[in-house]
Amino acid sequence: MARMKFLCDADRCIECNACVTACKNENEVPWGINRRRVVTINDGKPGERSVSMACMHCTDAPCAAVCPVSCIFSTDDGVVLHSKDLCIGCGYCFYACPFGAPQYPKVSNFGSRGKMDKCTYCAGGGGDEVPGSSEEYSKYGANRMLQGKLPLCAEMCSTKSLLAGDGEIIAQIYKERVIKRGYGSGAWGWTTAYREGIEV
Amino acid sequence: MTGPLARARLVLGAVAVAGLIAFAAPAHAQQQGSLIDPDASVVNEQTLLRQSPRIEGQTDLLDQRERVLIQPAGRTWDHFHQVTLHWLGAIAILGTLVALAAAYFVLGRLRISAGRSGRKVPRFNAFERFAHWLTAVSFVVLGISGLNITFGKRLLLPLIGNVAFSTFSQAAKYAHNFTSFPFVLGLVMIVAIFIKDNIPDKIDIEWFKQGGGFIKSKHPPARRFNAGEKLVFWGALGAGAAVSVSGYLLLFPFYVTDIAGMQIAQAVHSVIAILFVALILGHIYIGTLGMEGAFEAMGTGEVDFNWAKEHHDLWLEEKLAQGRLAVRPEHPSLTPAE
Repeated sequence: MARMKFLCDADRCIECNACVTACKNENEVPWGINRRRVVTINDGKPGERSVSMACMHCTDAPCAAVCPVSCIFSTDDGVVLHSKDLCIGCGYCFYACPFGAPQYPKVSNFGSRGKMDKCTYCAGGGGDEVPGSSEEYSKYGANRMLQGKLPLCAEMCSTKSLLAGDGEIIAQIYKERVIKRGYGSGAWGWTTAYREGIEV
Repeated sequence: MTGPLARARLVLGAVAVAGLIAFAAPAHAQQQGSLIDPDASVVNEQTLLRQSPRIEGQTDLLDQRERVLIQPAGRTWDHFHQVTLHWLGAIAILGTLVALAAAYFVLGRLRISAGRSGRKVPRFNAFERFAHWLTAVSFVVLGISGLNITFGKRLLLPLIGNVAFSTFSQAAKYAHNFTSFPFVLGLVMIVAIFIKDNIPDKIDIEWFKQGGGFIKSKHPPARRFNAGEKLVFWGALGAGAAVSVSGYLLLFPFYVTDIAGMQIAQAVHSVIAILFVALILGHIYIGTLGMEGAFEAMGTGEVDFNWAKEHHDLWLEEKLAQGRLAVRPEHPSLTPAE
């Protein structure tokens, strides 16, 4: 079975933020929540690079390990999903996440967190809702995987910087690019998320 | 008058244009030579992570907390939480329970050697007891809800199922957040009331040398609080302050500290809290099961005369000397009308 991953080719990212917008629109993400973001390293300086980042759907996901109510899990495709019915909004997954993916709507007193929200790889949710149902959509966003489609952020990417799909295939695409153009700043986040980089 | 000025302008303009052409020409030539390296000064992840534990950049999002791109420390915190903390917690708490059970079975309940006199000595007034029980009840709520966050999924979740466990944990989270306020209030009151009687003293060393009150034949001298009680006082003050500060940092995320600060705050909070629970388990034991006549000090506020004589002889002497000790008569019928 395919192991789904994200790969951002920072040498192609033009910081247009279309992935961020596509994600918000496709998933009707609540106000104030960013499932995906673009961060620019050395902004305005020589060697500037932008990276589009969201939940990387880690191998041995640390968020799933630390969750006090065990509401986060990996699917057979390696997609990390969670149940908002079980989530208690404690913030532990945010402490553990290397990529700042978990987000919490501010619901009440102090800095109290609501149910965690994060990138679902456009694969619906990890709750009891029927896959593809409107209940699932309103809680977690789109279930494009069910329709055989990849996450919209990657499909929308105008420079094909952001890649989604089977980890081996996107790694191969990236390798070919690096060989052809002669350089590449690496698969950002891969060693932390998947405990392997891409050797070219 | 305008002639020379216009001429000067013309000359300046001509020089500027000539200059532009002169500068632009080599640049143009360079581009044609395609000597630009698209990979120049580029940084990669490994280099950045060697320089700093977190990779940060700029983002167009309004929320500037999103500037952190990668923080591998999350995996470190995961290991701390899932391995270090679980072991430490299990050893500290189970170890304390085993030690207390051993104390109970080996030493037994420490009796009042001379038996009860029937005379009562007031030890803690209503306000002092209120401060103690406010803190105590808050502590139990905080302790149970806190331990649930760390150990609940291993101990309670398999027993009651994930829906019931989530409902309980959600309530426990809110209980933990809100109970922190009465706990801090109680702790401040306890410190304000009792600090003057808890200043370490020379006789505390003697108390430890004689093994506290645990060797039945011996009762080392003590004032209002013996060295063991002082240890609990300062332990509660230190641990209470540490868990309060770290707890409020977590309760108000990003108000004071960033993600790195929150990871440290959680580590401090959980480790200190577990040691605090172990300390208080000892305190609860000696105040209830472990010693005859101890609980009533915080229960009714009055202790038996012989208990006071055995455990806090100097305090009792002081009270008697001051003549402020209103000793309640043996027979309730003789109690004067108030």
